[in-house]
Amino acid sequence: MTDVWKKVVRGVRLGLKDISRHKMRAFLTMLGVVFGVGSVVAMLAVGEGASKQALEQIKKLGSNNIVINSIKPSSEDQQDAQRSRLSMYGILHADHDRIAESIPVVKRTVPVKLMQKKAALGELNMELRVVGTTAGWFELVRRPLLAGRYLTEGDVLQESGVCVLTEYAARKLLATQNSIGQTLRVGDQAFVIVGIVRNEDAGGGIQVPDQQNDVYIPISSCISRFGEVASQMATGSFQMERVELNKLLVEIDSIENVEPAAKAIQTVLERFHKKKDYEISVPLTLLKQAEDTKRTFNIVLGSIAGISLLVGGIGIMNIMLASVTERTMEIGIRRAIGAKRRHIILQFLIETVVLSGVGGLIGIVFGVTVPKLITIFSGMPTSVPLYAILLSFFIGVSIGIIFGLYPAARAADLDPIEALRHE
Amino acid sequence: MSRVVARLKDLTKTYEMGSSSVRALDGLSVEFEAGSFWAIMGKSGSGKSTLLNLLGCLDRPTSGSYVLNGRDVAELSDDELSDVRLANIGFIFQSFNLIAELTVQENIELPGFYADVEEEQYVARARELAELVDLSDRLQHKPTELSGGQRQRVAIARALMNDPSIILADEPTGNLDSSTGDQIMDIIKDLNSKGKTILMVTHDEDVAQHAGEHLYLKDGRRQGSL
Repeated sequence: MTDVWKKVVRGVRLGLKDISRHKMRAFLTMLGVVFGVGSVVAMLAVGEGASKQALEQIKKLGSNNIVINSIKPSSEDQQDAQRSRLSMYGILHADHDRIAESIPVVKRTVPVKLMQKKAALGELNMELRVVGTTAGWFELVRRPLLAGRYLTEGDVLQESGVCVLTEYAARKLLATQNSIGQTLRVGDQAFVIVGIVRNEDAGGGIQVPDQQNDVYIPISSCISRFGEVASQMATGSFQMERVELNKLLVEIDSIENVEPAAKAIQTVLERFHKKKDYEISVPLTLLKQAEDTKRTFNIVLGSIAGISLLVGGIGIMNIMLASVTERTMEIGIRRAIGAKRRHIILQFLIETVVLSGVGGLIGIVFGVTVPKLITIFSGMPTSVPLYAILLSFFIGVSIGIIFGLYPAARAADLDPIEALRHE
Repeated sequence: MSRVVARLKDLTKTYEMGSSSVRALDGLSVEFEAGSFWAIMGKSGSGKSTLLNLLGCLDRPTSGSYVLNGRDVAELSDDELSDVRLANIGFIFQSFNLIAELTVQENIELPGFYADVEEEQYVARARELAELVDLSDRLQHKPTELSGGQRQRVAIARALMNDPSIILADEPTGNLDSSTGDQIMDIIKDLNSKGKTILMVTHDEDVAQHAGEHLYLKDGRRQGSL
């Protein structure tokens, strides 16, 4: 075993020596593999980074959850509503009850009412998004508590005038831990601050349910204090909307039941809504789609990079064939002295493997650096997966072996007598 | 009567040249004794080179037998022939045939590298051999930095690496001036006096005089004399 190892070490050393004699040529030969391996790693890193970002956002929504959003129907369906200046659409409390009661796999439902209100704490004020919800919100949208407590079932039952602020809103209003117990004015109502939660920075395409400038209040208090009708000024005219629930978060008991449950919810809603004024989004489905996209993306990028590796391999073969011709005399001498065919094959093969191996290592350095630069200069997230490094290095070296075999075999098949005559 | 190192019997080699065939060796039978010094002579086309290739196990005869150290090598496989060359034959060529990219030390080491010998062992042996041919101070030089005579001395050292039973010399002085050629012949004679079997192909009568035995070839056959 140690004997074989010694021979390998000796062979690699000789290969390196052979290569070092033609540094420029070796470098040019390597370039193909350098760029091939480099582009495989870099492309996979860019793809991985993009999909990782998407996946993380989707995971934030929870893969056991289904999110139903109320949406304003298209204007055509709304003709009647327009005239009456009161548009009514969206998920109803009745829908909530129906979903909670008729679909057994539903573990929890969290109704959400949203409205924009001006809020004031002492001297400071800001526009906040009022989220009327239940205690379940904090169990579905898991955000760490920074101070105080979450909303409770009791708050909802008692229609308490309490609220939980997000970290961002708290900062803006200069609320601190000491602000727990103080009164926040929301619109024309007063709420006692009972807690502050951290909120996630939601960047990118996938929407998480929470926002930076949220204030959470019990849904019962929200309805009793602000009513079901929201009014706003739009293009000079007064617009009123009646939306019972802006959002309904549904948690399903297990991941296998998520997609069937989504279908069931669809059926329930379709029966009672003649207009399509809701939208069901299933993070799990999005997750699966994102993973599919990622796979396709990787295959496409991988094949493009693979082609450059192939070209690199052909480059190696080309140079090695030239090298065999150039070194015919040397091969003849080695054979005359007593080298077997396999010695010659090994000599050339080790050379190509060392070439492609060194090229692969340089390529990996490239492939790791380039995505970093992309991240620095364009802000695009990248992540170099370990498998990309191993895979591309392995492919690079394999290409060295595959494309080195033919020139090596050509060298070994030279007739020693003919080779010795070669000048 | 000393031991026979190499015995050729009815050795024939024909080359197919398109439709016609050329008989380069025609039923040659010779016995080479251990410790002898032979000059193999003949005009060009007489079969010298063919005989040299066969003796050197670089080629296989069309028919006949070649027994080297008691083993018939006429029908061995390519790998087996390589082993025979490695262990039994040391080549000295007219044009030295050193590997230009390797140093003197590495050139001498080469047969040891291919034989199953420990690295330390053949590195040390290469140094000894370099000393024998008086090149100890040139070990790290490339062949191109050496004179013709020095190169041929490197080749001789290389030929001795695995202590072969036959030294095959192909016009060893052909590319050298006469005084350098004489030095090389002195080394070869010295090797012979230490018991090495030398088979030397030459067309130079003067060089052939150094040999104890002579083999004259004409049209692939042995001739009594010129």
